[in-house]
Amino acid sequence: MSTTLAAAFVDALDGLGVGSTRTTAAELPDALAGAIEGPAVGTPLPFDGVSLDGAGVTVPPTPDQLRTATTGVTPVFGGVAEYGSVVVESRPAGDELVALYPERHVAVLRESDLVAGIEDTTDTFRESFDSDRDSAVLATGVSATADMGATVEGVHGPREVHVIVLSDR
Amino acid sequence: MSADNESRAERIRRLLDTEGPTVKRNAQGFNEGRYAAMADVDGERLRTEAREIKADAIERLPELIETVRESVEANGGTVYLADDAADANEHIAAVCGDADSVVKSKSMTTEELDVNEHLAAAGVDVTETDLGEFVLQVADEAPSHLIAPGFHKSTDEIAALFNARFDPDEPLETPAELTAFARDHLGERIREADVGMTGANFVLADSGTITLVTNEGNARKCAVTPDTHVAVAGVEKLLPSIDELPPFIELLARSATGQEMAQYVSLLTPPTDSPTIDFDSTEPIGGGAEDREFHLVLIDNGRFEMREDDDLRETLYCVRCGACSNSCANFQHVGGHAFGGDTYTGGIATGWEAGIDGEEATESFNDLCTGCSRCVNACPVKIDVPWINTVVRHRRNRGADPAAVESLVDGLVPDAEDAGMGWGKRAFGNVDTLARLGSATAPLSNWLADSAPVRSLLERGLGIDARRALPEFQRETLRDWSQRRTPALESPRTDREVVLVPDVFTNHVDVDRGKAAVRTLEALGVPVQVAGVTGTGREPFSQGMLATARERAASVADSLTPHVEAGRDLVFVEPSDLAMVRAEYDKLLPEGRAETLADGSFEVIEYVYGLLENGVDPTPLTRGDGETLIYHAHCQQRTLGLDAHTEAVLGRLGYDVATTEAECCGMAGSFGYKSDYYELSVAVGESLAEEVEAAESDADGERRVVASGTSCEEQLTDLLDRPATHPVELLDPARSDEPSADG
Repeated sequence: MSTTLAAAFVDALDGLGVGSTRTTAAELPDALAGAIEGPAVGTPLPFDGVSLDGAGVTVPPTPDQLRTATTGVTPVFGGVAEYGSVVVESRPAGDELVALYPERHVAVLRESDLVAGIEDTTDTFRESFDSDRDSAVLATGVSATADMGATVEGVHGPREVHVIVLSDR
Repeated sequence: MSADNESRAERIRRLLDTEGPTVKRNAQGFNEGRYAAMADVDGERLRTEAREIKADAIERLPELIETVRESVEANGGTVYLADDAADANEHIAAVCGDADSVVKSKSMTTEELDVNEHLAAAGVDVTETDLGEFVLQVADEAPSHLIAPGFHKSTDEIAALFNARFDPDEPLETPAELTAFARDHLGERIREADVGMTGANFVLADSGTITLVTNEGNARKCAVTPDTHVAVAGVEKLLPSIDELPPFIELLARSATGQEMAQYVSLLTPPTDSPTIDFDSTEPIGGGAEDREFHLVLIDNGRFEMREDDDLRETLYCVRCGACSNSCANFQHVGGHAFGGDTYTGGIATGWEAGIDGEEATESFNDLCTGCSRCVNACPVKIDVPWINTVVRHRRNRGADPAAVESLVDGLVPDAEDAGMGWGKRAFGNVDTLARLGSATAPLSNWLADSAPVRSLLERGLGIDARRALPEFQRETLRDWSQRRTPALESPRTDREVVLVPDVFTNHVDVDRGKAAVRTLEALGVPVQVAGVTGTGREPFSQGMLATARERAASVADSLTPHVEAGRDLVFVEPSDLAMVRAEYDKLLPEGRAETLADGSFEVIEYVYGLLENGVDPTPLTRGDGETLIYHAHCQQRTLGLDAHTEAVLGRLGYDVATTEAECCGMAGSFGYKSDYYELSVAVGESLAEEVEAAESDADGERRVVASGTSCEEQLTDLLDRPATHPVELLDPARSDEPSADG
């Protein structure tokens, strides 16, 4: 089932113009190297057996490093296969800031956190609300506006998003 | 015409010329996007569910306010329920404390309160960070749309504005350059701000969660960057919990911009765990969450009274998506600076402005809702927007100044309305009486009515534009004709029997289409009698003359219910009269009465479709043999889902049918006759006429123009300078080769 969800999720990301890499925990360093454009900042990955150590990512960044970084790397705690959305949590480490300020967001997702649709996501939210993880953003594609007369990508949020899916997590 | 009326017509003319083209491109773009995006989901299920959730939440509002107060306070924030704008502004200024600067994300509720002006007066620097709002802040203009506040401005206009104001090193030109400039400019303001202010699309009571649905990311930045977050929301934004959120997430972006999903759906339960950030600091981020402050400001400002008002209540279900604006032909041509009040725009603006500031606040724009009903199926929470407009019009009529009464048509208006409403509306509302007189005295009445002195009097006295051709009354009405003739049908070939219910125009003016309907049904083996009543009360209803419309509905029900109970089917030639019975009578008649009539009522081609589907032989009808048509379905007919029946029947009978996309022809009953609105009506009609011409240039030359509504026929005949035909006249076994000018 998970494989089917992953395929649908990657299709949805394609439709949004969002790149993705499906890989294993062991091969995460290669995937990160391919996805990151320096300078990069990040927040710790709390998933088993993976980290940002040695990936050239500053964790945690100073405000100035955050402001001038090209890439921000964060874990995401859910993905919606139907829409290609990812869940950016407001963790104390600063995921919300790191996923928002740099022009490129690299999101690291456990494949087991994928769900099919919106109702499944709100089910997950309800559970995390109950355990005090009660703020998150469902982010779909890149920041955009049509307010200047035509669609322009990259407004206040990232202009590029890349999702790394850990198939064995 | 009064000076007030004159300035209204001038205002509409100016906006048609200036903002109109940009508004049209953007509104039609959103509207097409909505159709495409809604096609991918079970819209009916989601909309029903969303409406039920909102209805329940508004019902439970006092309880939800208490719940959210407890949850936000338990989280460490504050909650304030402001009675009105002054109360809200005073509180907002207080929670902003000694802040020098506030950055805001888009919020119509703060527009309603004039928060920016009040904070500015208190010495606080306020910056709008949504790009559309920022453009308007620089231009010092009001929003023209609920979700795209600056969508009346073209790229060139924004570039000129920015270049003049900011004098950049290189003049800005393209959307990408303008966006990059605004991002950098606003980014700096956000990093330096003391307070971030957002609205809320939804507030989840049991967890104290603020839901923000945005595309640019500015609401995220405003909420997370300054230490203090102030969220301002009308009380109607409360939902019980996250369990109620899913249908709104699915519907909101689809209904608003035609996106499947908005870029960012933020679920923030502030104060959040995100670390505070000071861009002057050299320390790594990662602490200070305990320094975050959060203030939720809930706004009453008339909403509790709306909640008690049976007709305005459902305005509170509104999720501010703008679909009612985008699907509105009038709005598409003038935008919210004509079709809107102090704050709110489009069809739903009547509910909001009346609820917040009273009925008189809708005076300048409420007439722009013609009741075409195209917004009804567009609304994600199924608000009956035209009904709200009609009710408020009724209340305004009732409260109008009796001194305005003139005696021009005194005695011709046997309506049930209070004295005081304008005579122009009253004449249109009583068109059945005028039509009876017109037929009785035809052709004299037509010669007289068309004479220059009378047209001038009509324009000055009743606001009927002299540029419109007046209806030509027929001496012999449809009912006279039916009583005089011997029915062509000797022995019925089905078990059905029809009572044809003529509208005022079919009975008195466009009698030919009524005759065609009778002959067509008889040719299919169904006996037909013409009903003893004419008109369903559509005309007074449109003018907001609800007392008259109620009386009319009751007498129509008295007359027609026995037919339905005897097993006869009621058939209507005019879609707007059918829509009256099917969609409006339940608001005018005691419970149950409307349903009986609605269940027994059919549009004439819908009825033909049903007969053919049940195996009736169509041989006696006139076939198309490949004749090329362009068909414009009536707005209310489309809302009832009956346009497909006409297309199917015409297709089955060998006609080559192209169709139009325009939401409405712009004539909309009396609307296009009114001097104030003549130009707007013609502009809307021109868009439809252009579609007809485009269809003809693509294919093999001129197509016969076919329209189901009287108004549509008149508008198309006027603008294309060739007659439009009702579809039943094509099927008529006695059809002549050339359609007559009056149908």
